[in-house]
Amino acid sequence: MSTSQLKKFSNTDFEVRTLDTICVNESAPKHPWWYNFKYLAVGMIFGIVFVKAEIISWFRIQEMFRLQSFHMYGVIGSAVLTGMISVWLIKKFDIRTIHGERVEFHPKKFNKGQIFGGLIFGFGWALTGACPGPLFAQVGVGSFIILVIILSAIAGTWTYGYFRDRLPH
Amino acid sequence: MLQFLQQPWPWYIAGPLIGLIVPALLLLGNKHFGISANLRHACAACFPAGIKFFQYDWKKEVWNLFFVGGIIAGAMIAAKLIPNPASTIVNPSLLKELAGYGITDHASLLPGELFSLKSLFTLRGAIILIGGGFLVGFGTRYAGGCTSGHSIMGLSDLQWPSLVATIMFMAGGFIMANFILPFILHL
Repeated sequence: MSTSQLKKFSNTDFEVRTLDTICVNESAPKHPWWYNFKYLAVGMIFGIVFVKAEIISWFRIQEMFRLQSFHMYGVIGSAVLTGMISVWLIKKFDIRTIHGERVEFHPKKFNKGQIFGGLIFGFGWALTGACPGPLFAQVGVGSFIILVIILSAIAGTWTYGYFRDRLPH
Repeated sequence: MLQFLQQPWPWYIAGPLIGLIVPALLLLGNKHFGISANLRHACAACFPAGIKFFQYDWKKEVWNLFFVGGIIAGAMIAAKLIPNPASTIVNPSLLKELAGYGITDHASLLPGELFSLKSLFTLRGAIILIGGGFLVGFGTRYAGGCTSGHSIMGLSDLQWPSLVATIMFMAGGFIMANFILPFILHL
């Protein structure tokens, strides 16, 4: 089902989830739950790269923000470039998913949250030396103290949800 | 070969591999890369508390929780099977600065003086662990995504709001690391 169709049916679930979430695709085919293991496999590769390239290191993040190392700029820059080329190819050749669905993209709407929220996240990123992905990888490595950060991050997300209507967007 | 895998991987191997997550998720099932959404799913699943922002069917997003499970498993594999036996190499001027705050442990990827149970019960550690985590969770959702959703997925799809978000992420990081963190580390 396409986005416009969904909007026409005014699916409230869809509408609530599109409030600044990233993943809003409604995949039409219904699969058994264990199909989700394919995402686990992709996550595993990601986790290995996170650890081996030291992206989860507090030191690497501090070096990045102090312009003391090129490493993180190289990682993010080449990741974005690879992603851009991939998305361009998918759009250009109308490459379908492995289940034959058309790949959908959703334009992001600008709001002031990207400015204020972005700045707040930046503060947290420099303090903890981790964005959400690396936090989970650090737990895998065995740094269980990171669970405190994750719980606190969930609390932060909940607080945002609570005050959402009163914040400038 | 093993030695090659054990040493820290260079950016030009790691970056493109991370970039390939974008088409991998899109082509495996029309999924958009974005990790911070899982923090929201955790709220929706565990304590929605009648807040509209958390009233949705989080089970539809269960793939993302599997993805995060994979990250944890992958990190575990990397740490157990191909660990780096050496200490983390850190820029000498950063090491010198950190030593001034009594932070000298760079045996692992995190400084032990800050990331430990003992540290959690100090003012400095609590600000970094609890305060930092809170800002990460609040900020990503307010911004509508984190480094994966905006900086990698959003920029790959040439979304200018994601560029705004990425610039603000970096601005916030620069301000914190250079002007505020030194005071916190002094505590």
